[in-house]
Amino acid sequence: MTEPAITPELIRSHGLSDEEYNRIVELLGREPNYTELGIFSVMWSEHCSYKSSKVHLRRLPTTGDCVLQGPGENAGVVDIGGGLAAAFKIESHNHPSFIEPYQGAATGIGGILRDVFTMGARPLAAMNSLHFGPLTANENAPPEDRAAIALNRSIMAGVVKGIGDYGNAFGVPTIGGEVRFSNCYSRNPLVNAFTLGIMRKEHIFYGRASGVGNPVIYVGAKTGRDGIHGATMASEEFGEEAQSKRPTVQVGDPFLEKLLLEACLESMRAGAIVGIQDMGAAGLTSSSCEMGSRAGNGVELEIDLVPQRETGMTPYEIMLSESQERMLIVAAAGREREVVDIFKKWELDAVVIGRVTDDGHLRVKKRGQIVADIPNAALTDAAPVYHRPIKKPEPTVRIEVTQAESSIEALEATFMRIIARPTIAAKEWVYRQYDHMVRTNTVVLPGSDAAVIRIKEKRRELAMTLDSNARYCKVDPREGAKLVVAEACRNLVASGARPLALTNCLNFGSPERPEVMWQFSEVIDGMAEACAAFGTPVTGGNVSFYNETDGRGIHPTPVIGMVGIVEDPRHITTQWFKNEDRAIVLLGSTANDLGASEYAGATLGGLEGSVPKLDLDLERRVQEACLKIIQAGLVESAHDCSDGGLAVAIAECCFSSYRREAVGCEINLEGELSTAALLFAETPSRVVLSAVDGNVDRIIKIAAEHDVAAGVIGRSSDERLVIRVKRERVIERSVDEIEAAWRGVLPRMLEIPSIVAAEEK
Amino acid sequence: MKFGVVMFPGSNCDHDTYHVVSKVIGQPVDFIWHRQNAVGDCDAVILPGGFSYGDYLRTGAIARFSPVMGAIKEFASRGGLVMGICNGFQILCEAGLLPGALMRNKNLKFICGHLNIRVEATNTPFTNRCQRGQVLSVPIAHGDGNYFCDAATLSELQRENRIIFRYSDENGKLTNDGNPNGSLEYIAGICNRDRNVLGMMPHPERASEQALGSNDGRIIFYSLADTLAELAKAS
Repeated sequence: MTEPAITPELIRSHGLSDEEYNRIVELLGREPNYTELGIFSVMWSEHCSYKSSKVHLRRLPTTGDCVLQGPGENAGVVDIGGGLAAAFKIESHNHPSFIEPYQGAATGIGGILRDVFTMGARPLAAMNSLHFGPLTANENAPPEDRAAIALNRSIMAGVVKGIGDYGNAFGVPTIGGEVRFSNCYSRNPLVNAFTLGIMRKEHIFYGRASGVGNPVIYVGAKTGRDGIHGATMASEEFGEEAQSKRPTVQVGDPFLEKLLLEACLESMRAGAIVGIQDMGAAGLTSSSCEMGSRAGNGVELEIDLVPQRETGMTPYEIMLSESQERMLIVAAAGREREVVDIFKKWELDAVVIGRVTDDGHLRVKKRGQIVADIPNAALTDAAPVYHRPIKKPEPTVRIEVTQAESSIEALEATFMRIIARPTIAAKEWVYRQYDHMVRTNTVVLPGSDAAVIRIKEKRRELAMTLDSNARYCKVDPREGAKLVVAEACRNLVASGARPLALTNCLNFGSPERPEVMWQFSEVIDGMAEACAAFGTPVTGGNVSFYNETDGRGIHPTPVIGMVGIVEDPRHITTQWFKNEDRAIVLLGSTANDLGASEYAGATLGGLEGSVPKLDLDLERRVQEACLKIIQAGLVESAHDCSDGGLAVAIAECCFSSYRREAVGCEINLEGELSTAALLFAETPSRVVLSAVDGNVDRIIKIAAEHDVAAGVIGRSSDERLVIRVKRERVIERSVDEIEAAWRGVLPRMLEIPSIVAAEEK
Repeated sequence: MKFGVVMFPGSNCDHDTYHVVSKVIGQPVDFIWHRQNAVGDCDAVILPGGFSYGDYLRTGAIARFSPVMGAIKEFASRGGLVMGICNGFQILCEAGLLPGALMRNKNLKFICGHLNIRVEATNTPFTNRCQRGQVLSVPIAHGDGNYFCDAATLSELQRENRIIFRYSDENGKLTNDGNPNGSLEYIAGICNRDRNVLGMMPHPERASEQALGSNDGRIIFYSLADTLAELAKAS
């Protein structure tokens, strides 16, 4: 078989620039052959090499007392006490999910699960952050807008089903996350998947090909032609031809993944495994050269030994395939048999395909002939690093957001509109399709500030949350990133947890645009500052650039996955008011922060004003006070105040939850600010608490000790939500009515009546 | 006395069920691997939830052919106690140990959430500690839980008092809202003619500890343990 000649067209079609190609020639001391060109192209793709982001990512704090493994491995690992460690990471699968929502999302789940169990941890919880374009349009919207809406709905339905079908069958509970909507995600959906797993501290496994002479074992699914150049595809923007890229999306098999999990964990327990890595993006190529590179060794592979599901595959195709549910294992010499037997028990392929060598090269042979021979370092450490141009965009004139309503009735109508905005509305339609209870550890069901799982046999819990706010990051990337980190911390604290560390997924447009790189750089600086303030290091994550279609990019959308620890199960606190006749306390105070808010979105339809002001020191004091108040057992509920402001936060506290009827309340707000600001300002550093009267003085005393404002703003009551502002009754409705409006939004937009349902009517 | 929890490839509630039997009700329990062709010294066998063999064809359609199912049929024919939860129920139907079938949920979506079931019959080894009409808050998590059988089978089930659980509201009233998968006659669980084989779609093992929000489900495991204790005493 003759391989294609290396031509300038071929080089370009591999996404490599002329300079990059010249560098390859320089590193090899010769022209690469076709297989080698393919290997370089995937390893040097943005997706695998982080070539545009690397110089910025270095500014993030990545160390701390709890960090056992920071960035650079398959997942970060933190010490959670009691001899246990938690491995967690978030990763994007945006591009595949746009092209083929169901499989794109499903394989995103598969990939992140493998990243976690390759560290030796059994996945115990999953969450995801989803961003979609709008689901409704005006009645007189032009046809192309209607088509976009239809596409957004089908993408969302496909993504949710894909996540559910994969996670449910695998047996990991999907316990939380976020779903947000904005025009910029039309044709640029974001699917970021998070997984957390737990292992004993001494049983952490790494992706390292240690021990010269050790066997390299291929395990899991057979290799096919699917997903070739998936990593390169994820490193480009989309145009008209997006649908033609469908074959670069892989097909997931959660059953096989489940078997792979059990077989991997069993082999690890047996002590036969030296190093292990998932074959994710760039498949066999990245797993072999990265494992070799981390250990300072080489890896030699005999390509014909790779289990294949199609005939006539070339070395190029085998090395670049992104077939799912595969792992590469380096076993202790002489213990191959044990590994193979364990995999056989789980009815999986496990084949010795090569050895660890001492020369630092990735060498691929076909029937004894060398078909690729590249120093690992050339693929990893020597990959290009770009200091891409950065340009601050011209400042946009943003109008100040002030109260738009002139009557009480109009303000109440605005409240009902905000409650029904899809980003605010109930997400039950989504999480009901996810098994959020399997493994019987979910102690706080989806819907509260953070999800909490127990660790069986240890009296401690883990809380976790995913947060983002692209509106803020669009208006002010640096301040926006700080606000997002602060909110993630606050969500954990309000749930009774101490924040430990975080993983981030950085979703941006094309890095070749200087304005995008400016946003990126600003986000990193803001995030770094906030992480330092809260003492929460970044243990890893993922960068997703090129979220652009037809030249339209997304808002900068950094997503934070924060993990915290609940020291005692009695500290677990949910957001819902538990009883009537309790004092409602606001920790923190409200400022005139209507800019870039849900209120601005509902009344002005855009990104107006400036982002809320965050004082990191005040935020930290609020969180410390809040945690102390919770740990002292003084409150029945605690809820972070964020999207939609205080009015929305209070309504959310009232809504019913599992085995708990809705609770009403009467609130009285006072102050110099406009009524709209008192209700809807998104001032950070605020938490809504409820407590028996006897505890109020102590709550206010703890707040004062932290120099934090706190005051009683109302009482819980029977079934009505009443908010008076400056003694005028602005909102008065039954909680049931507000809750029905809030719960009905997504089902109404997404449920296409089935034939069965039609018959029943 | 001893419980056995079957492990099919793709079972994912096996450890949860094992946990409840061993830690919550404190009974001895072993896993039974799908390739075993005997249930060993187990006195009660539980087929747990999950996606046996991936369930890509039809839920339970492959699992019924696994070696352990031959042993379970034989065990059941001798009067052994067998309980199938969720995927276990689907497998028991496919294996012919229980009548009927579980179709796609009527909304064609996977549904996970807490709901209520009403105990319809207490003269079984699985519900003897319950009160008739008692309402239990137990979650479901399935894509195929829409129970169906033909008219003759249904009247047989009704006549022989073999409908053990029905979906209801929290007050025990039968409503469409309380029956989200669209099951025929609100059926959530049935037993065989000899009353020693039970299948149910809801997950009692997920509602056996207060920490998880409900411990209503553990009464089913306690009933089973009581039955086994009495059988042990009698022999």
